[in-house]
Amino acid sequence: MRVYMDNGATTRVTEPVMAAMQPYFCEIYGNPSSVHGFGREARKAVEAARAQVAKAIGAEPREIYFTGCGTEADNWALRGAAYANIKKGKHIITTNFEHHAILHTCKQLEKEGFEVTYLPVDHDGLITPEQLEAAIRPDTVLVSIMYANNEVGTIEPITELAAAAKAHGVLFHTDAVQAIGHVPIDVKAQGIDMLSMSGHKFHAPKGIGALYVRQGVRLQRLMQGGAQERGQRPGTENLAGIVGIGKAIELATEDVEGRAAKMAAIRDHIIDRIMKEIPHVQLNGHPTRRMCGNINVSFYFVESESILLHLDFKGIAASSGSACTSGSLDPSHVLLAIGVSHEHANGSVRLSLCEENTLEEADYVVDSLVEIVKRLRDMSPLYEDFLKGVETVGTDD
Amino acid sequence: MEYTEQVMDHFMNPRNMGDMDDASGVGTVGNAKCGDIMRIYIKVENDVITDVKFKTFGCGAAIATSSKATEIVKGMTLEEAEKVTNKMVMEALGGLPPVKVHCSVLAEEALHAAIQDYRERLAKGEKPRTEEDDEDIKYV
Repeated sequence: MRVYMDNGATTRVTEPVMAAMQPYFCEIYGNPSSVHGFGREARKAVEAARAQVAKAIGAEPREIYFTGCGTEADNWALRGAAYANIKKGKHIITTNFEHHAILHTCKQLEKEGFEVTYLPVDHDGLITPEQLEAAIRPDTVLVSIMYANNEVGTIEPITELAAAAKAHGVLFHTDAVQAIGHVPIDVKAQGIDMLSMSGHKFHAPKGIGALYVRQGVRLQRLMQGGAQERGQRPGTENLAGIVGIGKAIELATEDVEGRAAKMAAIRDHIIDRIMKEIPHVQLNGHPTRRMCGNINVSFYFVESESILLHLDFKGIAASSGSACTSGSLDPSHVLLAIGVSHEHANGSVRLSLCEENTLEEADYVVDSLVEIVKRLRDMSPLYEDFLKGVETVGTDD
Repeated sequence: MEYTEQVMDHFMNPRNMGDMDDASGVGTVGNAKCGDIMRIYIKVENDVITDVKFKTFGCGAAIATSSKATEIVKGMTLEEAEKVTNKMVMEALGGLPPVKVHCSVLAEEALHAAIQDYRERLAKGEKPRTEEDDEDIKYV
C-alpha cells in the first residue's frame, strides 16, 4: 500500500486540473502580451484564471498578481510594502513561528535597516490581537502573520488580528499558503490587505503562486522588466500554471466546509488512535483551532528521521516538521517556538492530509506507527533508562 | 539526501542490537537535545572483544553506524578496536550524506568510551571475568 500524507509539503496535480492545463502547452501557447490571436487567447485564459482566484478569496480580479511561488509572494509583500512605506516608518511586526519565506525576508530587511518585532506565540501557537496591538508603534508600517501554521496547523484569529492592525492604520499581510482550500477565506470581510498563496499546496502544479494586494495598497516591485501583471511583476506569464492555479482554487474552495469536515474526521481518527494505542506521545499545536489536515505528534524516546525511514519502507510519505528544514540538523523553529523541548521536537512527525486520503489509509498509517515506534523504542537507550527509572547521562556534543 | 544500500540494510536490520547484563565496559555518548544518543556494551576476554551490543536513539545514520561499528569490532583485540575510526565505519557503509557525517563520530566515541570504561573498571580493581579466572577458580 502506498499512502501519501505529506500534503503540507506538496500535493498531486489532480486530473481535472491537469485536463484544464493540457491545451496550454502545445495548442494554446501564445504570449499573453502579444497582440495577435495566439496572444489574445492566452490572455483570455490568464484573465479567466485571475477571476477564479479572486472569486475564491472574495477579491477583485485586478487585485490578484501571479507569482512564481508562495515564497515570491511573501518576499514581495514584505519587501514591497516595507520599501513603499519607508517614509512613514521602518518597523515591521511578525511572529516567531512563520515560514522561512517570511522569517528570512525579515532578517534580510533588518540588515537593510528595518526593525522587526517577532511576536512570541503561546504553547498552542496562537497570537492574540491584544499582543499585536501592544507591539504596534507610530513607525509600524506592516504586520505579517500566517493564516495557519505549516508544521503544527494552528489557525490564527486572522480577522481579529487584521482589525487590530487596521485600527492603527497598519497594513496587514497573511501567508495563507497552507490555509487555501482548508478554511473559508474572504479578504474583504476579514479586512486583509495582502495574502500569499502557492498553487502546489492545493493540487495546482509547482511553480505558480499568487499575491492578493488590496486596491490602494502600494508595493514596490521586486524585479524590473516588462509590463506584465499591470507592470508590477515582470516576466512572461506561466500560462499553463496560471490556468492550473485558477482551476485548482476553484475546486478547492467550491465546498471548503465539506472538504474540511471530511479531512477533519480522518485527522481526528488518526489522532485518537495514536493517543490510545501509543504511550508517551504528545500532540503539538492547538487541540481545536487546528487545520483540518494537520497532525503533528512527538513520540518520546525515538527520533523522527528513523520513523520517517521506516514509514517510507512501508510506502508511507510523512514529514518531520517542515520539509524545507530537513537539510538542517536543528529542530524545527516552530516546535521550539511553541515550547516543545529539543528532545521532543527531535521525535516529531507531521502527517498532512488532503481530501483524497481515506480511513483505510489512516488505519494503515497508525498500525505502521504502532509497530515502528515500538521497534525503535526497543533499541533506544533513552527508553531503556526511562523503564529503569534512571536519567540518561551522555556527553555534550 | 539519500542513504546507501549498506546504510539502509544496517538501519532496517541492525546487527548486535540490545543490551548486556554482564558487560565489561559500557559507553554512552551524545545527548537527546542534539538528537543522537549511542550506547555500546562490550564484553572483553583476554583483551579481545568477544561480544558487543548497542542501543541508539537517533537518525538512520546513527543507527546504521552503531550497527556497523559493532560488527567491525566484534572479535578484535582492544588495541585493534581503539584504532577503529568513524571514517572506517563510514567507508564500510559506502559513505554518508555530508550532513550526517557527525553521526559516525558518535559511533567511534561510543566504542572508545566503552573501552575506556572497561580499562577504568580494571584499574579500580573491578577485575572482569576471564577464562583464566575460571581456571583459577577451579584450582582454588
